[in-house]
Amino acid sequence: MKPLVLKGIRPYGEGEPVDVLVRDGVIEAVGSEIGSTVEGDAEAVDVRGMIALPGFVDLHTHLREPGREDTETIETGSVAAALGGYTAVFAMANTDPVADNAVIVEHVWRRGQEVGLVDVHPVGAVTVGLEGKRLAELGTMARSAANVRVFSDDGHCVDDPLIMRRALEYSTALDVVIAQHAEEPRLTVGAQAHEGEQAARLGLAGWPAVAEESIVARDCLLAAAAGARLHVCHVSTSGTADILRWAKARGTDVSAEVCPHHLLLDDARLATFDPVNKVNPPLRESDDVAALRQALADGTVDCVATDHAPHAPQDKDCEWSAARPGMLGLQTALSIVVETMVRPGLLDWRGVARVMSERPAEIAGLPDQGRPIAVGEPANLVLVDPDTTWTVRGAELASLADNTPYEGMELPAVIDTVLLRGEITVREGKVNR
Amino acid sequence: MKHLLATEGLDVGTATTILDTAERLKATLLGREVKKLPTLRGRTVITMFYENSTRTRVSFEIAGKWMSADVVNVSSGGSSVGKGESLRDTALTLAAAGADCVIVRHPASGAAHRLAGWLAEAGTSVVNAGDGTHEHPTQALLDAATLRERLSTVDGRKVVIVGDVLHSRVARSNVHLLSALGAEVVLVAPPTLLPAGVRSWPATVSHDLDAELPTADAVMMLRVQAERMHGGFFPSAREYSIHYGLNEKRLGLLPEHAAVLHPGPMLRGMEIASRVADSPSSVITEQVRNGVHVRMAVLYHLLAGEEEAA
Amino acid sequence: MAPRNRGATDPAEPRELLSAGDVARTVARMAHQIIEKTALGASDAPPIVLLGIPTRGAPLAHRLAGRVAEFSGVTVPAGVLDITLYRDDLRRRPNRPLEQTSLPDDGIDGRLVVLVDDVLYSGRTIRAALDALRDHGRPRAVQLAVLVDRGHRELPIRADYVGKNVPTSREEEVAVLLTETDERDAVLLRRKTEVVS
Repeated sequence: MKPLVLKGIRPYGEGEPVDVLVRDGVIEAVGSEIGSTVEGDAEAVDVRGMIALPGFVDLHTHLREPGREDTETIETGSVAAALGGYTAVFAMANTDPVADNAVIVEHVWRRGQEVGLVDVHPVGAVTVGLEGKRLAELGTMARSAANVRVFSDDGHCVDDPLIMRRALEYSTALDVVIAQHAEEPRLTVGAQAHEGEQAARLGLAGWPAVAEESIVARDCLLAAAAGARLHVCHVSTSGTADILRWAKARGTDVSAEVCPHHLLLDDARLATFDPVNKVNPPLRESDDVAALRQALADGTVDCVATDHAPHAPQDKDCEWSAARPGMLGLQTALSIVVETMVRPGLLDWRGVARVMSERPAEIAGLPDQGRPIAVGEPANLVLVDPDTTWTVRGAELASLADNTPYEGMELPAVIDTVLLRGEITVREGKVNR
Repeated sequence: MKHLLATEGLDVGTATTILDTAERLKATLLGREVKKLPTLRGRTVITMFYENSTRTRVSFEIAGKWMSADVVNVSSGGSSVGKGESLRDTALTLAAAGADCVIVRHPASGAAHRLAGWLAEAGTSVVNAGDGTHEHPTQALLDAATLRERLSTVDGRKVVIVGDVLHSRVARSNVHLLSALGAEVVLVAPPTLLPAGVRSWPATVSHDLDAELPTADAVMMLRVQAERMHGGFFPSAREYSIHYGLNEKRLGLLPEHAAVLHPGPMLRGMEIASRVADSPSSVITEQVRNGVHVRMAVLYHLLAGEEEAA
Repeated sequence: MAPRNRGATDPAEPRELLSAGDVARTVARMAHQIIEKTALGASDAPPIVLLGIPTRGAPLAHRLAGRVAEFSGVTVPAGVLDITLYRDDLRRRPNRPLEQTSLPDDGIDGRLVVLVDDVLYSGRTIRAALDALRDHGRPRAVQLAVLVDRGHRELPIRADYVGKNVPTSREEEVAVLLTETDERDAVLLRRKTEVVS
C-alpha cells in the first residue's frame, strides 16, 4: 500500500497546519512540508484546513443483523458509521437471535471485518436471551474470536439486583465492562414519554426520571461493592448526572455515555405525536438537556454514544404507542456535538476527541483506537470540515431506514475524510471501497 | 375549521360558534316530526371506532344522519382492521373511497393527530372521538353546552371534576375548554390518579371533595375503570367511594342550582350513587341529548362550508 | 382626457333607489295589499303568519306585521325562518353561522304563510325557504312578499307582493339598509363588490 501524505491539517484544531505521513497504517511523521520529502513515493491528499481527530468510537449502535436486515445490516451500518467519522462501533446484542453466545458474536465481528469500513465490535448479552434470568456465557464470548469487551442487555434493564451483582462480580475476572440500560421496569409499565408536563398534556403514560436514577444509584453501589467496572448507557436525566458525580467522587469505577439526541432535543418535540421523536429513554426536559451538556463538559459523563436505532417506516409512521423507540444517529452525531457543545463553548476540539474517541476507546479497552495524533500511533483518523453546514435528509443517509428526528435541520461540521489503519474509508464525504 | 382534534388550543370564538350552532340546531329540531335537515346531502362521514363505545358512535351517527350525510360505520371487529391493517392504511383507504370526514376513536393518544397528517393530501376532515388518554373534544363541547343550558353561562362558574384525571381524556378536554370559556376548574382526585404535570394545567387541584362542593356550580364525575381498581392506584373500591364518590350526603352539600354531570357509562354505587344520578340535579340525560346537537354543529362547521385550502 | 362624469351615471357611485321615506311608504303599501289580497279579518279567511328570512327579511316581517295591525286592527304573528341549513350553495361559500329560527307558538299548520325577504333575485333563497317550511309543518298556502324584485330569476318563483321592481344587471347589487340592522333605511344600487360575507 502506498504511503499517504495528509496535507495541511490541524490536529485537534490547534496550531498551524501540518502534513501527516501515514505508512503501513501508522503515523510515520508529522510536520510542515513533509510532502516535498516523500514526493513521488507517496499519494498526497489535499485536506487543507481540515481538523484532524482520532477516529470516533461508538459504544452504542444497533446494526440489526441478524434479524432485521430490512432496516440495517452490518454493511449499511458500517457505511453510515464511516460517513459519521467512526473507526470502531459496538453493535448491541438485541438482535434476533440474540448475541448471547460465541457463534453470533463471531459472526458479527467477521462480517464487520469483511466489510472493512469500521471495526464492528459485538456487544455480548449479559443474560441469556436478554431475559434477565440467567447469565450468558460471558467468558466464552470474551475469549472468542470476537474478543468481546462490553456486555449489555441494552433494550432491557438487568433489573434483578442479584443477577446484576453476579454479572458485575463475574466480569472482574474477564476485564470486561457491564453496560447497563438503566430502567426500572416496574416504574415504566406502558411508558410512552418522559413523565412531566408534556406527557400529562398529551395523555402519554409517563416514563419517570426516577426509573433511571434508582437503577443507576443501585448499580453504582453494587459495582463499588463488587470492585467492578460499570458503564451507564444513554444517561438522560439531570438526576443521573448528580448520582454519577457522587459515585465518581467516592471512587466508584463507573463510566457513562450520553446520546446526541439527549443533548439537542427535549420533550417539547412530542406535540405533533410524530413517533420519529420516540426513543428510549425518552426525550426529557430542557433542564435535563442543559444538565447533560454540563455533565459531558466536566467529565461526569464520559462520552457520546449514538444509540443508532434504525426502524422500518411501518414501525415509525404509525400511531405513537405502536411505534418502536429509537433514532438514527451515526451520521449526525458529530454535527450535534459541535452544535450543542463546541458552538456554545462547552468543549473545544480536543474535548470532542475525548468524548467521541479517547474515552469510549478506554472504556471498551481498545488499544488501537482513541490514540494521540503522533508519530508511531495507529492511523485511525477523521478529518472534519468545521465551517461547512449541511441539511439532514433521512432519505440520503446511508442507513436502510430513514428515521431521523433531524430531518430538514441545518447542522454544522462535515466529515470529509476518514482513515482506518491508514486506509481511506471516506474521502470528500463519500465512502471509499 | 378543518379538523376537530383537541380542545387545547381551540380558540374561544370557534368553540362559542359551535355551541351557538348546537343551541340553534336544538331549537330548530325541537318538536319536529321529521328530524332531518338536507344540509350535508352528498357528504360521506365515516366513523372508525377502535374501541367499543356505543354511545359516542351512535351519537355521531345520528348527528350525521339528521343532517342527511351518508354515514358509514367501520369497527375494528368487522373490517380489515381486524386483519392487522395499519391505522394509516385503513385511513388512506377510506379517504380514497370518498370519505369527506373521518370520525375516529382509538386507544392510542395522538391517533387523531396522526390521521389528520396522513389525510392532509386527501383533504379529509378528522374528528377526534377520543384518543387514548389524550382528548375527547366533542364530549367537552357537549358538557359545555349542557352547562350553558343549565347555568346560562360557563363564564365565572366553578366546575369540579372528580376522579381518574390521569387516564381521562374527558378531563383533559374539559379542563382546556371550560377554562377557556371562563370557568374555574377544580380537579379532585387521589394523588395517584393525577398526572405528574397537572400543576401546569389551567385548573386547581384538591383532594378534599367535601370542601369543594358548597361553592360548586357543577360537579362532573369521571368513570373509574375497573382495571384501575386492581392497578394499585387506590386501596379499595370502598375507600375510593367513601372519599371521592358522589353520594346523597354530598349531593346535599351542593348549592340548589348546581348540576351533576357524568360522561357515562356510569358505575352506580362506585363513583356516583344511584339516587344522585337520578336526582333533579343530574343533567346526565341532557348531556346525551346535547351530544347529538353538538356533533351536528361540529359536522356543520367542518363540512357545510366552502373547502378550505389545505 | 374626458372630464370625470360625476352623478347617477357613474357606475362606481351607489345610486339611491328608495329613500327612508320611500321605504316606509312602500312597507305601508305592501301591508295594505296583504290585507286586501288575503281578505284579512273576513270570517272565512285563513289565519296569517308572516315569516321573515334573515337577515333583513326578519325586521321587514315585523314592520309589515305592525302596519297590518295598525291598518286592519288584526294582530298578525310574525316570526323568523332561518334557511341556512337548506341552502344549495353552502359548499360554495365560507361557513356561515346559523340564525335563530322562531316560529309563532301556534306553528304554521293550516295557516297562510307569507314569506318576507328584502330582495328577490335568483329565487334560490325562496326555494330553500319552501324546503324549510315543509320540515316545520304544512301551511294551507304560502305567499311571498319582497321589498325589491331585481329580476334574473333562475327558478319558477314569483312574488305576491313587490315593493319595487328594479331592472338590474348581474354586475350590480341591490343593498337594502334597515335601521334594525344598519344605520338607516334606504335601498341602494351599486357596482358589485368583490366576494363578501
